[in-house]
Amino acid sequence: MRRYLKLLWIQLRSSMLLALQYRWDFLVDGAISLFYAVTAVAPLLVVFSGRDNIAGWTAPEALLVSGWFILLDAIIDGAISPSLTSVVDHIRQGTLDFVLLKPADAQFLVSTARFQPWKLTNGIGALAVFIYAFQKMGRTPHLLGAFTSVALLGVSTMLLYSLWILTVSAAFYVVKVDNLSYLFTSIFDAARWPAGVFKGVVRFIFTFVIPLALMTTYPAEALLGRLEPYKVVFSLVGTVAFAAFARLVWLQSIAKYTSASG
Amino acid sequence: MSLRATVRALPTMAKIGFAEAVAYRAEMLVWMLSTTMPLVMLALWSAVAKDAPVGRFGQAEFTTYYLLMFITRQLTGAWAAWQMNYEVRTGALSQRLLRPISPIAAYAMENLSALPLRSMVAVPMAAIAMFTVAKSTLAPGPFWALLPLALAGGWTITFLMNIAIGALSLYTESSLKLMEIYFTLFAVFSGYLIPVELFPGWLRAVVEWLPFRFQVGLPVELVTKAHQWPEAVRLLGVQWGWVAALGTLTAVLWKRGLKRYAAYGG
Repeated sequence: MRRYLKLLWIQLRSSMLLALQYRWDFLVDGAISLFYAVTAVAPLLVVFSGRDNIAGWTAPEALLVSGWFILLDAIIDGAISPSLTSVVDHIRQGTLDFVLLKPADAQFLVSTARFQPWKLTNGIGALAVFIYAFQKMGRTPHLLGAFTSVALLGVSTMLLYSLWILTVSAAFYVVKVDNLSYLFTSIFDAARWPAGVFKGVVRFIFTFVIPLALMTTYPAEALLGRLEPYKVVFSLVGTVAFAAFARLVWLQSIAKYTSASG
Repeated sequence: MSLRATVRALPTMAKIGFAEAVAYRAEMLVWMLSTTMPLVMLALWSAVAKDAPVGRFGQAEFTTYYLLMFITRQLTGAWAAWQMNYEVRTGALSQRLLRPISPIAAYAMENLSALPLRSMVAVPMAAIAMFTVAKSTLAPGPFWALLPLALAGGWTITFLMNIAIGALSLYTESSLKLMEIYFTLFAVFSGYLIPVELFPGWLRAVVEWLPFRFQVGLPVELVTKAHQWPEAVRLLGVQWGWVAALGTLTAVLWKRGLKRYAAYGG
């Protein structure tokens, strides 16, 4: 365990050093993040123009969901996808061999290979959306709910990471997967809407198969102080199960890896 | 790079492109799964329109709009920007430049020849649409005659955007970040996620001046009763105006960029 913490520190530090070389990216990414925040909120405002309540959500409440969406997007871009995109290259070029040869868990090594700290500036956009939404509602976040939502942030990150591992595992079978990350982002895009607006099959899929509801809707509900406790338990148990499943699939897939070219 | 040589090579390039599409069919499937966004939007808008219609749109109108949008996206797809970025970074572009045919024509053929395979998914979707879509939401016959022209224009704009952004990688090593921004703008302002009509006034005015709406929005609008004749013809004119403008821009970017091409990699 301590060895892995040390490894994580080394990987983090090398990413930091790399990021410091590209200091301008800080400004560029910051500017882009504001732009993303605006485009993420625009569709919502259109949907809500002319009516003040959809499936039990008012516009500012739904904005909170969008805020979580933006925040999680920042986490994906900064901490999850940079590493895992490089796995796809490794698989295609056969350089995954070098990773597998190292005396540490391969999943750990590939998942921590690269971080992009500047991308976390997107979180600022999310914060702006939160403040705006609560100001519109004329209230402050529910206190206990705020703590719960922070805990749920861990849950969401774990879920996202597991989903990414599943997506990357597909790369072992499909090989040419420039657009796997693209698939991931387009599915994740549905998470910007409160899960309550979806009905029937779509809702089932977004709660149990691709648990988008857990990632953005539950934390937003927690901030509003209306998340039922059983949902918190369900999230925790579900996430552990999902992560275990992703790990299993990863082990299965990597056993299939036969190396490519030279 | 004479025109005649290019025309003579077209059938062969189409065959190669089709074979490639078949070889990478799994990738195509992944791509198609990633274009299901209109269906998610359909679920969302259906919930919104359940109690009262939104503008002109009731549940039936939304169903028609998004099913047709899904099909239109399949038929107007292009991904040359990713190809170009990859080839500039790895130096694979050099091999393309050696061939006696303009790389742009080659990209166009490769992207176009994936269409038959894509239609194989679009056609069943169209069949579903025929049964689920209310006839009253569709425009009368003569409007459908404009559809091929609008689709061709939509594809060309998408393709030229790809080439323009791809050509920028000749200046900046990678233009993938720009591609992400482009796609975000496209998703919001093209009618792909939200019908352009539903935008509030001032935002709509912005959309009218952007090229995105002419990529996938216009073809769908034409056959779903969004426009009267004079307006429909005017919009088609604007669309092809964009084709001309982007064509010029792309040609300049490509020509000047190529001079900077250093063929790194191996």
